[in-house]
Amino acid sequence: MTAAQARAIVAEVPDPEIPVLTIEDLGILRDVAVERERVVVTVTPTYSGCPAMDVIREEIDRRLRDRGADGAEIRTVLSPAWSSDWMSEDGRRKLREYGIAPPTGGGGELLVLGVACPRCGSTNVKQISAFGATACQSQYACQACLEPFDHFKDH
Amino acid sequence: MSDRDVYALRLGDDALVLSQRLSWWSSRAPELEEDLALTNIALDQLGQARSLLASVGDEDELAFLRGDREYLNLLIVEQPNGDFATTIARQLLFSTFQLSRYEALVGHRDEVIGGVAAKAVKEVAYHRDHAVKWTLRLGDGTAESHRRMQDAIDALWPYVHEMLDADPLEAEVGVDPATLREGWEEFIGETLEDATLATPEPGDWRPCGGRQGVHTEGFGHMLAEMQSLHRAHPGATW
Repeated sequence: MTAAQARAIVAEVPDPEIPVLTIEDLGILRDVAVERERVVVTVTPTYSGCPAMDVIREEIDRRLRDRGADGAEIRTVLSPAWSSDWMSEDGRRKLREYGIAPPTGGGGELLVLGVACPRCGSTNVKQISAFGATACQSQYACQACLEPFDHFKDH
Repeated sequence: MSDRDVYALRLGDDALVLSQRLSWWSSRAPELEEDLALTNIALDQLGQARSLLASVGDEDELAFLRGDREYLNLLIVEQPNGDFATTIARQLLFSTFQLSRYEALVGHRDEVIGGVAAKAVKEVAYHRDHAVKWTLRLGDGTAESHRRMQDAIDALWPYVHEMLDADPLEAEVGVDPATLREGWEEFIGETLEDATLATPEPGDWRPCGGRQGVHTEGFGHMLAEMQSLHRAHPGATW
């Protein structure tokens, strides 16, 4: 198996908590290489305690085995630290369509500008809580259409 | 154990013990958003602890099979949750310190310590912000919330000295906590003032010993609960 073939397989692994996103969309797939005929996959967590990482590692290994590879060595690197800026444009669009406001890249860690309601598009929104259903999300409510929604945090 | 490992274990134990204390709030916080906030903070701390402990040895053995005398965390993180104000006060005093410590460790030559610090600064900035907002709401709230918040700050204040005291090992391997004191006092002083709370006078009672494995009474109970499943069913998975 070539590195390109392995990458094509691994890139399709979904995030178990937000299954519309692949790990490539999220920007947590850092490298796929073949070293001495063994596939080596390097990933980085979004948040230190992200519980999805264990599932993602298992799924990478399972999919590679299904396609004939002899499993994979999976390396987890912390540095450089993941940033929501690494999420692909395609990933942002998928998130929006799924009902989660994507990271905007328009602010610091604590004051984020430009969050738009994924349902009606209004930026007249209010943060309910800086924390949400997963480590990477916060809770908002749209003041225009009144829908509550999650925002994938700028990080 | 090398000084590097002792240091990684100290940082990891601070995060692990705080995580265990905070996770108690799951389903018990005053509102649903707080359940999510405190458990998310606990999860961030757990993630930091796992990376640090795994760089020293087997993370499960270190977490579940050490006795209280082998734990190296600061006394402040093991203090009981108390009422909600006590938990917020502990968060305020410790996360302000933890954030400045991680900031100083970004770019550290050790791959794990530097890597954890670079990830954790963004996470702990959220934790500190959460604690500051609640301190303002409770301190500058009703007479009852003000009284409880002041009581909580007063009760935890003796434990900040251990946290901010000079430490030769930490100065050698990472960052000397004493160098973080000035910035910490400034930030906490301004926050308490904004919240109409008084900064306690430094007293003579300055409990310490956490870094040597000498802990406060409630710690043994917490550890027994945390370790009971693993000790009853070694190697259990689900």
